[in-house]
Amino acid sequence: MSRLGDLGARLYRGDVSLDIVGARKLWYTVSVLITVLAFAALLVRGLHMGVEFEGGAVYTTPPNNASVEDVRDVAEETSGSAALVQTLGDDGTMRIQVSGLDTETSNETREALASELGIPTEELNAEVIGPSWGKQIANRAWQGLAVFMVLVVVYLAIAFEWRMALAALIALIHDLTITVGVYALVGFEVTPGTVIGLLTILGYSLYDTVVVFDGLKETTRNVTRQSRYTYSELANRSLNSTLVRSINTSVVALLPVAGLLFIGGGVLGGGMLNDIALSIFVGLAAGAYSSIMIATPLVADFKSRDREIAANDRRVLNKRAKRAEAGESGEDEDGDDEPGAERRAGADTADDPDDERDETAGVGAGGERRGPRRQPVSRGRGRGRPSGKRR
Amino acid sequence: MATPKKDLRSSRKRDVKSRGQGNPGRALALILLMVIALTAGMFASGYTTPRLGIDLAGGTSITLTARPDADDADAVNPTNLNTAVSIIERRVNGLGVQEAEVQTQGDENIIVNIPKGTDEQAAREQVGTTAQLGFRPVLSVGAATPPAEEGAEDGSGEEGAEDGEEQPGDEPTDEPTDGEEPTDEPTDEATDDSTENQSAPAPEARDDAGGLSPASYRTDEGDEEQSSDEPADDATDEPTEEPSEEQQEGEEGTGDEQDPAADAAALQAQLAALDCTTEGARLDASRAASEAKDEETVVACDADGTAKYALGPVAVPGTDVKDASAIYDTQRGQGWIVQMEFTGAGTGKFADITQQLSSQPQPQNQFAIALDGEVVSAPSVSERLGGGRAEISGTFDQESSEELANILKYGALPLSFEESSVSTVSPMLGGEQLRASLIAGGIGLALVVLYMLVYYRGLAVLAIVSLLVSAAMTYSIMALLGPAIGFALNLPAVCGAIVAIGITADSFIVYFERIRDEIREGRSLRPAVERAWPRARRTILVSDFVSFLAAAVLFVVTVGKVQGFAFTLGLTTALDVVVVFLFTKPLMTLVARRKFFYGGHPWSGLDPKRLGAPPPLRRGRRPAPVVPSDPKEA
Repeated sequence: MSRLGDLGARLYRGDVSLDIVGARKLWYTVSVLITVLAFAALLVRGLHMGVEFEGGAVYTTPPNNASVEDVRDVAEETSGSAALVQTLGDDGTMRIQVSGLDTETSNETREALASELGIPTEELNAEVIGPSWGKQIANRAWQGLAVFMVLVVVYLAIAFEWRMALAALIALIHDLTITVGVYALVGFEVTPGTVIGLLTILGYSLYDTVVVFDGLKETTRNVTRQSRYTYSELANRSLNSTLVRSINTSVVALLPVAGLLFIGGGVLGGGMLNDIALSIFVGLAAGAYSSIMIATPLVADFKSRDREIAANDRRVLNKRAKRAEAGESGEDEDGDDEPGAERRAGADTADDPDDERDETAGVGAGGERRGPRRQPVSRGRGRGRPSGKRR
Repeated sequence: MATPKKDLRSSRKRDVKSRGQGNPGRALALILLMVIALTAGMFASGYTTPRLGIDLAGGTSITLTARPDADDADAVNPTNLNTAVSIIERRVNGLGVQEAEVQTQGDENIIVNIPKGTDEQAAREQVGTTAQLGFRPVLSVGAATPPAEEGAEDGSGEEGAEDGEEQPGDEPTDEPTDGEEPTDEPTDEATDDSTENQSAPAPEARDDAGGLSPASYRTDEGDEEQSSDEPADDATDEPTEEPSEEQQEGEEGTGDEQDPAADAAALQAQLAALDCTTEGARLDASRAASEAKDEETVVACDADGTAKYALGPVAVPGTDVKDASAIYDTQRGQGWIVQMEFTGAGTGKFADITQQLSSQPQPQNQFAIALDGEVVSAPSVSERLGGGRAEISGTFDQESSEELANILKYGALPLSFEESSVSTVSPMLGGEQLRASLIAGGIGLALVVLYMLVYYRGLAVLAIVSLLVSAAMTYSIMALLGPAIGFALNLPAVCGAIVAIGITADSFIVYFERIRDEIREGRSLRPAVERAWPRARRTILVSDFVSFLAAAVLFVVTVGKVQGFAFTLGLTTALDVVVVFLFTKPLMTLVARRKFFYGGHPWSGLDPKRLGAPPPLRRGRRPAPVVPSDPKEA
């Protein structure tokens, strides 16, 4: 804790600052690349839709000794369609998946399988899905997605402002795209569980974004009444001061999902737990990234287009330029802000990477630490400088 | 929550006033009271575990989706779905299935959950078929069991019928709607109900008929009304029941005027062979009958198994019924009657058939309202009923008349269903999934607790206790919702609860980080706790609201398993707010008074040094904020 706590403190004070907003072009590029990749994967490979969406049957057997080949033969013979047989775990439990079955055939298949395995029919678990059911689920999911997006944008526009709402929406779409892309790329099967997970990401990705925006809103409340920082700089500062919090909330959100994944994938060998957890996991990771790297920089960009903000930013820059000229001969150009407050020693920063290494910190902070650290923007941050949110 | 801003502002003021103290004791007492009440309620109600869904308990779950009808785009509507639910429920319960559950889901689905241990196959067959309604002329009537044919006509008149055989246990649960199959006790035969309508009526029926429209015929509805009675009655039924239909004496008697003799004889033989005495036999009979084409003659059982009929071709299809309603007739003192209205085509057909029937002798002047191959009612006709309206009178009570009206109105609506998904889970697999998800939840919780302990040390204890409170409330509410609204915990719901651990813990983190920020500012703990709260509160409210919004939208819009997931997610999100407000914050206030925490013990998680707070000396001399800010909320 302490190490990460230190980092948190330094981030909070601005001793250490990751210039995320300043480097936004980089992150935008990264995101655009990922998105393009996701779309390409989607187009080229398509999604591997589970039997739930195509119609068909899935049978799960109790532990048994039958061989996979025999079972497959029986299933294919009776149903007349290709069957996919997997073993789950090592006790011989099997999952037999047959697509394109109607109810009647599926019953026959089930009976045939049960007799092949020598068990009563009732002990063979079956899930038979008509072809339109998956479509219905998917349609409803789309519908839910659309309704949610509209509502949430309206809500965020009221609670914050429209630019933030827009940025949050973009970040959300970004997360969903990445998740879908990962599914296409890796070829995970898409099941109703996946859809559930995907829909959960909606709320969750936004949760993160909202936490960040909340800090941003506070920090930048009086941006036009000061002339020291541009909006982007303030946004970056706010982002940095909430960074630890964002990382913590994301990690804590991911942990239970990791538990689900471990059990769902490792012990049950698949199934709904796994499907839900997998898509949530991917989506949450994307969400943590996007709320930090995409959402806030986007807001800064949008804001900079605002006339008032832009004017203020210009004023800030002019002033700074003037000072720089004035102070050219003089010493520290930053000093005017807080003479003497610039206590951060260069050595201190240099050591940071090591200091900060921490088993837990590594999870979330790893990526950001690489960010440019010594940017003009951050240079101005004295350690005594309040972040602006305190009073 | 929806308007956090406003709330906040007002409460902020309050907060400032009461800063430092709040009223931690009261809030804590309140939530403890809630927890105790919920727990006590849980034990008092006897439902100490949440009801498990089919995928965890084992059983069969069938999802039926209404097929849209090409002719009538509005056919798939809530009313029709509800009618279908009650019809299906009647059928499933008729199988002797205990606790089968039939409910609508979304606006076009019906879910049928059949617990383990019942004849899944038979249930599926019952469930999937379409309700078909038609008016067929009665060719002849027989008592359900050939031997038993005691002259019903006299006193008891019709119907007494219902009796007994109704399968014993069958509808324990069913609701009024299915009154259809009344099970009354064997003994009563005839007595009350039947008599009235029956005897007298027949004749007068015509007379009063005038009522609405030409129509009125008396039925032997008797049976319908008494649904209740003890199911247990005699298994054997036969003895008891008497042929219901009113005057139908002729059991298989004469019935066939229209058909050539040979056919008639065959039909008679069929009728004689028809066994309506047992549940299973009736099911077979109705299945056979419902498969017959409209033009064919069929033999069918009475819905309650008291009589059997040989029926002519469908004279008026159920789709020709435009409307039907149950009304209480005050003018003629007939009590509850059912009025129906026919469509244009139906009017003509109905007039024809009634004209034809009215001239016939007793059994043949009845026509049968056949639903799914079962005769739900067989009123007799005494005159030609033109005009497109008719009414059925008899011994109805409100329930039975409404039910018949419903059947008339919707029974034949071409609302056909297809099985969208059928999933059968053996109790073994269900148990395994339950175990696995509990383990997953345990692991998730352990990981979160561990992380919190490592990162927040002493503060983590607060978080853990809060999580426990939240878990206790979630659990007891789930257990209580089982009996209350039929909530069943299924796999996705468990998943939602596990994911919610993270959401709940996140709000603690938001608060803790705020407190730490304040300490980094150089404040001591107690003011820090109070100053951090308003901002943390806003963040928590806004983000929980977003999360809740997602859950609510999912719950409303989606179908199937997604709903269970959304429900738990929404529930836990709401509880999160309750717990943070009423428990975590007050507890934090109390804890802040303890030396361990305010002294900044290294293990408290609030050590100012570790947090990088400036040395106390500097406190208060910190430079003014860069962004000139108005006095913030705190």
